[in-house]
Amino acid sequence: MTDQLKTDPARPAQRMRAGAMTISLAPWIIATFAMLLLPLWFTNNSALTIMNQMSITIIFALAYNMLLGQGGMLSFGHAVYAGVGGFACMHLMNATEFFASFPLPLLPFFGGLFGMGLALIIGSFSTRSAGTVFAMISLGVGQLIASSSVIIVAFFGGEEGISGDRTYAMPFFGVEFLQQTEVYYLTSAWVLISAGLMYLWSRTPVGRMANAVRDNPERAEFLGYSARWVRYYSFVASGFFAGVSGGLFAINYEILTEENLNATSSGIILLVTFLGGVGFFFGPIIGAIVFTLVQTVLSLETELWAFYAGSLFVATVMFFPGGLAGLIMMHVPAIKLGKWRLLIVPYIKTLIPAAIGILAVCALVEMTFHYRHGATGDHEMTLFWTTFDSHTLMPWLIAAAIAAVGIGIAKMTAPSLKEAWNEANTMGGKS
Amino acid sequence: MSVPALELSGLKKSFGKAEIIRGIDLSIGKSERHAIIGPNGAGKSTLFNLITARFAPTAGTVKLHGEDLAGLEPYQINRKGLSRSFQITNIFPAMTVFENVRCALLWSHGYKYSFWHLVNRKRDLTDGAEAILDQINLLGRRNLPAGTLSYAEQRALEIGITIAGGADVIMLDEPTAGMSHSETDYITDLILKVTEGKTLIMVEHDMGVVFGLADQISVLVYGEIIATGKPEDVRADPKVQEAYLGAALEAEH
Repeated sequence: MTDQLKTDPARPAQRMRAGAMTISLAPWIIATFAMLLLPLWFTNNSALTIMNQMSITIIFALAYNMLLGQGGMLSFGHAVYAGVGGFACMHLMNATEFFASFPLPLLPFFGGLFGMGLALIIGSFSTRSAGTVFAMISLGVGQLIASSSVIIVAFFGGEEGISGDRTYAMPFFGVEFLQQTEVYYLTSAWVLISAGLMYLWSRTPVGRMANAVRDNPERAEFLGYSARWVRYYSFVASGFFAGVSGGLFAINYEILTEENLNATSSGIILLVTFLGGVGFFFGPIIGAIVFTLVQTVLSLETELWAFYAGSLFVATVMFFPGGLAGLIMMHVPAIKLGKWRLLIVPYIKTLIPAAIGILAVCALVEMTFHYRHGATGDHEMTLFWTTFDSHTLMPWLIAAAIAAVGIGIAKMTAPSLKEAWNEANTMGGKS
Repeated sequence: MSVPALELSGLKKSFGKAEIIRGIDLSIGKSERHAIIGPNGAGKSTLFNLITARFAPTAGTVKLHGEDLAGLEPYQINRKGLSRSFQITNIFPAMTVFENVRCALLWSHGYKYSFWHLVNRKRDLTDGAEAILDQINLLGRRNLPAGTLSYAEQRALEIGITIAGGADVIMLDEPTAGMSHSETDYITDLILKVTEGKTLIMVEHDMGVVFGLADQISVLVYGEIIATGKPEDVRADPKVQEAYLGAALEAEH
């Protein structure tokens, strides 16, 4: 204790500040360029739609993580803030005369105000405590609003929802948003602005205290902060950005229904955020990208995509509570020590057989599904570019054998991977 | 005499039928170092919790600088200049040491619930937090998660967090509990250094620490204060010796 390491209080800290600034700006610049350039490669409309869907989910997941990751509030009904923001935007679209003098790019801001307005009301009582009470209130309020969508038809449009037409807006510097590319750039601008603002939020006094209240509300109270008010501020801000994502949904799809409010949507955003990782700011972004890909691309390949998404989620919760972001950040120490190369070969030896084994298990799942649910008499199925008869024994044996061998090899090589991992994360020795 | 820093009158607390604090009158002057001692279960921590509004008293009043604290929340009391530590280390374990201290500075530096300042850009926060870290000798641990510090370091950090907000009444609940001899000496010196000119109220079991730090001692036994006074007077008080101190002193010396 007494022979403490003595450092010059001023200088190292300053150097770190300057370094942190350049490092923290780089991802934003890269993201901006990537978003500008992506449409040059992905020119077809469906790719643009997928990217827009990603952007909307990114904003929503980041907003959700303001509660879950940064504030320690588990919400089971956050879709309503996005949904209500979206519905409000649809009504504005349908107010034809006003909308004709309204620039479309500002519409998500309007949605944000509505999401925030709802959060101001609900948060005033739901943020009294975190934990189970907050979770239960969020579930209750979420269900209440979702089920009132068929009752308050004037606002929610009943079962068919509310639809509109974004192109009736005032042209924005001549752009009428008829093209999918134009909508893509609008959405991208909003995702950059929103993510940037949410990141900055986490660096403000109230954002830092959100972390403090999450970790130890009692301590925070004895530092002069009301835990309840800190949670309320986070909740309202989260409601705003959720509303922004709802507004973007309205622009992209031009229709909102009960589905935008219900518990399934609320559950999906929890899943997305957790999958990406709640502990890091960029976690929900990764989660949103991966989940959207699974939802759109994988769903074209198999009807069982939700099963795989669910399995991925369960595996994440069980084995990688830090999510995909945590999985990436796990490697930072090894990279800092300059020993990450040690991991390459062991990774290949373990992960490739494991991946093959898992794909074989997926094949068994698909074959079972085909066997049980395929049209009568249709015994032929195609899997991994191979066509075979799912009612004969051979394919089953082959798939089971590949699964057993793949997973077996992975199990056998796992100890040496673990060894390499420990070695790569220890200082000193050969690099 | 001027207004006492902290004044308790007729303070009582019952949990159901069990009366834990049975009417305490105590006045602690400005810049006084006051130790509250007593056997286990005497109600020392409960008394602390009553003063800081962690519990509501059954009867009686607590006055800070002459102002009644009844009905105030802990955060409001903290803003009035009373800060406390806890018997069980109470820090933000997932945050860095630096961030722990910086969070403790935010309110007193007037940032409140601001979402238009960036904490990293604020020199006053960075310099202030580093000054505190320097005082508690944790500058070298600046960027480590607080939860990875050694026990004594965590206790030092908690004292740092407690004093960081600039409160003038500091309450420490068993700051040296569970420490080795050298660690205890270290923390005692630290407390002396960082509470200079402030009012210090502490609960402590270690008689060495008590007699080394306090200029006033109150002995709490079964929810009542049986003696208050200078260390040597309290030590000589036969009532105190009978109730508690004798055995403890014998063990010490």
